[in-house]
Amino acid sequence: MPTADAFLEVTDLKTHFPIEKGFLVKKRVGTVKAVDGIDLTLAQGEVLGLVGESGCGKSTLGRTILQLIPPTEGTVVLAGRNLAGLRGGDLRRARADFQMIFQDPYASLNPRMTVYDTLAEAISTHKNIPRGEMPRRVSELLSRVGLSPRFIRKYPHEFSGGQRQRIAIARALAVEPKLIIADEPVSALDVSIQAQIINLLIKLTREMGLTMIFISHDLSVVKHISDRIAVMYLGRIVEIGPSVEVFEKPLHPYTKALVSAVPIPDPARERHRKRIILSGDPPSPVNPPMGCTFHPRCPYMIEECRAAYPPFVDYTPGRRATCIRLHEINPPA
Amino acid sequence: MDALPDKAAPVPAVGGSAPLAGPSPPPPTNPPPSPAAAPAPAMRAASSPLARFWRNPAVKIAVLILALVGGSALFGPLLMPARYQSPTPLQLAPPSFAHWLGTDLNGRDQLYRVFIGARISLAVGLAGALISFFIGTTYGLVSGYVGGRTDAVMMRAVDVIYSIPRLIFIIILINIVEQPFHAWLQGKVAASSSEALRSLPGYSKTLILILSLGLVEWLTMARIVRGQTLVLKNLQFVTAARSLGQTHRKILTRHLLPNLTGIIAVYLTLTIPAVILDESFLSYLGLGVDASQASWGTLLSDGAQAVNPIKSSWWLLVFPAAVMSGTLLALNFLGDGLRDALDPRGK
Repeated sequence: MPTADAFLEVTDLKTHFPIEKGFLVKKRVGTVKAVDGIDLTLAQGEVLGLVGESGCGKSTLGRTILQLIPPTEGTVVLAGRNLAGLRGGDLRRARADFQMIFQDPYASLNPRMTVYDTLAEAISTHKNIPRGEMPRRVSELLSRVGLSPRFIRKYPHEFSGGQRQRIAIARALAVEPKLIIADEPVSALDVSIQAQIINLLIKLTREMGLTMIFISHDLSVVKHISDRIAVMYLGRIVEIGPSVEVFEKPLHPYTKALVSAVPIPDPARERHRKRIILSGDPPSPVNPPMGCTFHPRCPYMIEECRAAYPPFVDYTPGRRATCIRLHEINPPA
Repeated sequence: MDALPDKAAPVPAVGGSAPLAGPSPPPPTNPPPSPAAAPAPAMRAASSPLARFWRNPAVKIAVLILALVGGSALFGPLLMPARYQSPTPLQLAPPSFAHWLGTDLNGRDQLYRVFIGARISLAVGLAGALISFFIGTTYGLVSGYVGGRTDAVMMRAVDVIYSIPRLIFIIILINIVEQPFHAWLQGKVAASSSEALRSLPGYSKTLILILSLGLVEWLTMARIVRGQTLVLKNLQFVTAARSLGQTHRKILTRHLLPNLTGIIAVYLTLTIPAVILDESFLSYLGLGVDASQASWGTLLSDGAQAVNPIKSSWWLLVFPAAVMSGTLLALNFLGDGLRDALDPRGK
C-alpha cells in the first residue's frame, strides 16, 4: 500500500534460512521461513510497535530491514532508496541513516572500550570530526541520553544495565540516523528502569523526528510508546492498526488472545478479565500449517481457513487484519 | 581517535557507580552472560587484571624464577672472569668453590655453559613462539571472521598439517635447507665489516630451527584464536559495529583483537616452553643447535653421556635439567596466572 508520505516502505520481504546437512557437501533439507512476506509502510516520525511471541520473526524482520541479514526476497525502501540492493561500501555508507538498539546492554558494548572510545568511534564512522572537537560531541551525546559527561572515561562494566542501555542509545544516535529499530531494548532491564528508558526513547524520537520500529513481546510496553502496532505471527503480520484501537478492540483472533493475557492494573477490573487461552504451541516455521497458519490454535476456525493464507481485510481506515471471518467475529458496535 | 590522555586500566568506582538521572538503579545481580563482559559494578573486589595477576603467589614465584634465569643468561657470562670461558685441564671436576657446578669433559665450567645454554634456549623459545603467534593469530582471525566455506577449508588445512609428525618434519626440513641456507648466509655477510654479522653463519642451524619450530607451532594458536573469534563475532557489540557501518579492518582491529589479547597472551606464554622443549629434544638428538654451541638440549645430551655406573658425573645432567624444568614450570605458571587474571569472571 504505497502512500504519498511513505518514509520506510517494506514490500514482500522474506528471510528464509536454509537448513543444511552433510559434511563438506551441504544438502538443503529444509527452510526456516523466519520472515515470510511482510508489507509495511511507515510515515516519517512514526513509531511502530512490533509484537509477537518468541520465535515469530520480529527480530529477524528488524535485522533484515537494517540489512544485517540479507533478505531472501523483497525490497526495503528508505527515503526513496532500496536498501536491499546495496552492497559493500554503498551499504556501509548508507548505514548512517538507520541504526539499531539491541536487547542486551551487557553484550552490545565492547567491554574493552571506554564510553568515549565507543561513542567517538560511532561519531567518526561517517564523519570527519576534528580531534579537538570530539570530546564536546561525545559530551553532548551523553547529556542527550541523560548521562553525565564525567562518565566519559569509564568502561561498560562500571555501569548499571539502564546506564549501559543509555550508552547504546547514544551510540545509535551518534550517526544522526533517520530510522531506528529498537529490538526489545528494555526486556533485559529491571522493571523500574524500563520506564526511564522508554520515556527517553519517546523524548528522543519527538525531539529528533526519528522514525522508529519498536520490537517487543511485552504489549504494555509497546502500547506506551507506539503510534501504531503490528502483530506478527509465524513470520507474517496478522494485524496492524493504531495503538489505542488495537488494544481497545483487537480484531484478529490471535491479537485478542494476546491482549487478553495482559493483566489490568486495577483489581476490580482484573477480577473480571476474560482470558482467551490458546491451545497448543506455535507451529514450526519449517513446516507451517496449510492455509491460515493460525488455524490450528484459532477458536474461530472454520473449514475454509485450511484452504489458503487469508489476505488482509480492511476493517476501518487504517485497521486491517488477515482473517477471513474478520467482520463476522467483530460485528460493528 | 582518542584525544584523551591516561587510558588507565578500568578501576570500578569505590562504592559502585553513581547514577545520574532519576532514582538510583540497583546494580544488576546476575553475572553478565557473555564471556567478554566484565563483572558487575557491585563486585568491588574485581580489581584490575594486573592487580589480580600479581596477587597470585604462583605468578610471583614464576616471575622470580624467570627473572633469575633470564637475568643470569643475559648478564651471567659477562660477570664471570674470562678464564671460565675456555677449556681447562680440569676434566669432569665435581662442584667446588672454583667451579660451582663442576666442569665437563673438556674442563669447561658448567655454570658458564648453563648460562650460555639458557641464552640460546630462551632465544629460540621466544623467537619461535613469536613466529607462531604472528602466523597463528592472523590465520585464526581471518578464518573465524570470514567463516563459511573459507573457514572450513582453512581449518581442514590445519587438521592436515596437524597430522604430520612435526619433529620428523623439522628434521627433514633442517636437513634439506641447512646447507644452502648456510652458503647463502655466508655469501651475504662475507663482505660485511661487522664482526657480529660475520659470525652469523655459525648460527644458521639455530635460525632454521627457530623458523621451522615457529612454522609447526602455530596450529594450536590458530585453532584457539579462530574459536574465540567465532564466539566474539556473534556478540552484539560486533553486530553493533557492523550496523554502524564500520569497515572490516576496524572491526578486526578495534573490536575483535582487543578482546582476544587475553587468550593470545596466555597461549603465547604456553607456546614458549613447548618450543624450548622441542628445541632441547632436537638438540639432544644432535639435530638442533650445533654441538659446539651450548643449549639446554646439548648440555643434557652431554650430561646423559657422562652419567654411568663407573664414574657418575651427575652434575652435568642434574643442573641443566633443573634449570630447564624450573623455567618451563615457571612459564606454565605464568600462562595459567595470566589466564586466571584476564578472565573477567575471576575472583
